[in-house]
Amino acid sequence: MVFRMVSYGIALSDAKMGSRIRLNRIDIQGVMRRRLLDLGFVPGNVVEVIQKSPLGDPTAYRISGTTIALRKEESSLIYGELEGEDAE
Amino acid sequence: MNTYTIALAGNPNTGKSTLFNTLTGLRQHTGNWAGKTVVKAEGEFVHNSSSFRIIDLPGTYSLYSNSADEETARDYIIFEQPDVTIVVLDATSLERNLNLALQVLEMTHRVVVCINLMDEAEKLGIDIDLAAISRKLGVPVAAISARSRQGIPPLLDLVEKVAAGILVPQPLMVRYSDETERQLAELEPQVRCILGTRFPSRWVALRLLDGDENLLSSIKARMNEEGIRPEQEVVSYGRTACH
Repeated sequence: MVFRMVSYGIALSDAKMGSRIRLNRIDIQGVMRRRLLDLGFVPGNVVEVIQKSPLGDPTAYRISGTTIALRKEESSLIYGELEGEDAE
Repeated sequence: MNTYTIALAGNPNTGKSTLFNTLTGLRQHTGNWAGKTVVKAEGEFVHNSSSFRIIDLPGTYSLYSNSADEETARDYIIFEQPDVTIVVLDATSLERNLNLALQVLEMTHRVVVCINLMDEAEKLGIDIDLAAISRKLGVPVAAISARSRQGIPPLLDLVEKVAAGILVPQPLMVRYSDETERQLAELEPQVRCILGTRFPSRWVALRLLDGDENLLSSIKARMNEEGIRPEQEVVSYGRTACH
């Protein structure tokens, strides 16, 4: 067993294209938090990084069967663990 | 002949308006919701021995995010209290759609869940266990394909039964964390004491815990309109208003 510090994994904004992330924390408050929860950005749900726009922001994510684009402002505050072969 | 009012709620692109058009045909009119730049579509139809007035609510993912659309849909369900609210779900993305269904179930028990786009789901190989969904949600569930007009009569039979009170749904009550439930237990009786039974007290208490200022101002405005007295105390001094 590998000892790990308590961590919140990586921010969605730092995930590579094509990677899948299981969400564990959404560090946003208020109306925007509610909106993200409604769209499926819920702890436990898996997000796939689909495509970055030419200038790198916003980025498209696939969640609950829908594509949603987020800016770094939001995606840098959403955390999760890498899933599948990318995970260490 | 009995006349019932029913509301159609659902996410955008679930075929809600297709169902609305299928039901009403040309017997519909559109306008705006009072004071809002949100389209209001209303129509009539007859099924068996009842006539229905149906309102197509704006398509929303939620009833909490405070956009004009969501506010309109929420206020209609809470204040106008339709005889039945039909929640239209997209069979191909139930997970996301069920969010709204659960929100509506917290507001009213007179709900019929209508799973649309069954033809699309079938093409994608999605198999839906209607009985299991109905059992878990505690409300009747009908499967339709609004575009090809399949499944409409059974849906309307359920709607009529719920409207007439022959069928009384017992919706699933979402249980929150112990902390939240404890606060709810404290708050809910006070909400009931002030607002009476006209609004779902558990739901209002939840919104209060959520700090939903927007709902408070809606309730306040509504009570002012109806000339119900202690509207000031309702919000600021709930405790004292009770005793």
